[in-house]
Amino acid sequence: MAAPSLEAPRSTPYRRSASRRSNYEMYSWLFMRLSGAVLVVLVIGHLFVNLMVGDGISGLDFGFVAGKWASPFWQVWDLAMLWLAMIHGSNGVRTIINDYAQRDMTRIVLKTLVLVALVFTVVLGTLVIFTFEPCPVGPDGAFLEGVPSFCTS
Amino acid sequence: MATETSTRSVVPQGTLYRGREGMWSWVAHRITGLLIFVFLLVHVLDTSLVRVAPEAYNAVIETYKNPVVGLGEAGLVGAVLFHAFNGIRVMLVDFWSQGPRFHRQMLWAVGALWVLLMVPFLVRHLSNVFGG
Repeated sequence: MAAPSLEAPRSTPYRRSASRRSNYEMYSWLFMRLSGAVLVVLVIGHLFVNLMVGDGISGLDFGFVAGKWASPFWQVWDLAMLWLAMIHGSNGVRTIINDYAQRDMTRIVLKTLVLVALVFTVVLGTLVIFTFEPCPVGPDGAFLEGVPSFCTS
Repeated sequence: MATETSTRSVVPQGTLYRGREGMWSWVAHRITGLLIFVFLLVHVLDTSLVRVAPEAYNAVIETYKNPVVGLGEAGLVGAVLFHAFNGIRVMLVDFWSQGPRFHRQMLWAVGALWVLLMVPFLVRHLSNVFGG
């Protein structure tokens, strides 16, 4: 009489290593903290310079923006703030959508809208910062109304 | 086997998280974050008018210079400051070994820091908005 044979419990060796799924959500979690730390400095600095120093919010006009973006320092500052804040914010809204939108289709539509808004806003803002002209002239070669005083002096 | 007589109350006793500092700071973080995101979209759009014409930008900014928008701006700065300081608190809870232990005290620190910065800002901003 043949001895009863038992099959090996697993046909493949048990894998102790982590699954091979992507670590997307872990990197997303980490990005929120790293970008958040940088944004605290960028955004509070932005608010302080624009709302507290000088004339505060009453001083905001084209000339104020032109004065800031005449300097590469503020161009880089605002560019970094634009990209980090938009990705940080979009990723946060993505989390909120995943939490509350229950139907698959609702989630897909809402997250697509967020992605479109993200790409549109980042591309638009980046173009504006890089193509900004502090002293624009009209077709007649004269400065447009509202240019800052440093253009004409 | 002896039957156990339950002396526990049927009224839920609450938890460490629900209805307490942890939950409410999470709720406030979400609401302020969503608010800031929506504002950011508008803010980039209106600032982009500097690329159209100085007058176009100035015209839109001029429509913002009224008490209603001024109060909205104050609320927005309040939301940004809470989100920033509570975000630092979240990082400390996640990365600092003593963070989870002191998360409640850190929320009070967030509130104190918020008041400390909001008072001088409101004096400055509201005198601009209402001072003409």
